[in-house]
Amino acid sequence: MRDDNALFEYALRLGDDSLILGQRLGEWCGHAPVLEVDLSLANFALDLIGQATLFLGVAGAVEGKGRDADRLAFHRDVLAFRNCLLVEQPNGDFAQTIARQFLFSTAQVALFDGLTASAEPRLAEIAAKAVKEVRYHAELAADWVIRLGDGTEESRTRMVDGIDWFWRFVDEMFEMDATERKLAAEGIAVDRSTLRAGFDAQVNAVMHEATLPLPEYPRPVLGGRRGHHSEHLGHLLATMQFLPRTYPNAVW
Amino acid sequence: MSGDWPLWEVFIRSKGGLSHKHVGSVHAPDSELALRHARDVYTRRLEGVSIWAVRSTDIVASDPAQAGPLFEPAETKIYRHPTFYEIPDVVKHI
Repeated sequence: MRDDNALFEYALRLGDDSLILGQRLGEWCGHAPVLEVDLSLANFALDLIGQATLFLGVAGAVEGKGRDADRLAFHRDVLAFRNCLLVEQPNGDFAQTIARQFLFSTAQVALFDGLTASAEPRLAEIAAKAVKEVRYHAELAADWVIRLGDGTEESRTRMVDGIDWFWRFVDEMFEMDATERKLAAEGIAVDRSTLRAGFDAQVNAVMHEATLPLPEYPRPVLGGRRGHHSEHLGHLLATMQFLPRTYPNAVW
Repeated sequence: MSGDWPLWEVFIRSKGGLSHKHVGSVHAPDSELALRHARDVYTRRLEGVSIWAVRSTDIVASDPAQAGPLFEPAETKIYRHPTFYEIPDVVKHI
């Protein structure tokens, strides 16, 4: 029998990752170092929020309680969010934002590649559309890692610091639990643990080209998938959800 | 930052069979990022299927002060337009 609860949970995780990172990247709008980069980051944000709309739409339909993507995005409290911790971390400087994007998008390409073969057609269709978007994100982020890492003394220091900070959040992107193992066994979810070797190889190659040292993986920071978030997510949601919560029936 | 970056002229082919057309410029530190910046700035609304980027300093331009000798002589040579020919009705797409 199909487990709608597990599928709801999985669609939330996929949607929340994209939603929260999209919101974070949106904070750069008008503040990026140059106009061209401002647009690059805003394009990423829009791609991600588009993905979130689709994944959360599936989540709402599966749940069957009348919640649509907007309801799930704007009227859910912090403990009910299922994104990984990496995406909710503050932007920091440009190098830190790029470090986060590089690690996340590289993992997301592998995930969406696998998801295109999902036995759940709604997820497979979203992944097929989104994998092209995130492949570009991963390539552009890698380009910047290489240029900042193999750039000036200052850009290199900042890139090293950025990677160093986000390294602790990498393991969570490949974490499997009972929910996802069950869905993976049914061919609906991707077994994230099988993606790790490919991810490591790609990250190592880019880090090598960027002449950056590969840090040791520290003890992983986990918990996002169970709603245990850092303090940053609440602040992000306060900004993101303020308007629809204050004016619940506001329309464009 | 962009003050240190060279300027690149961007040309977009809107669809197969048409020629690339100048659409504007971007700043970028190197050719690879020039293409990416051009993509991000100028193809957000399906404007193109191909991008060229050229270092602005590599473009050789005519001198506006020379516009008289360069272009005005053509003004009086209307016979260079093929408008004096009778086109048979059977010939289409002219």
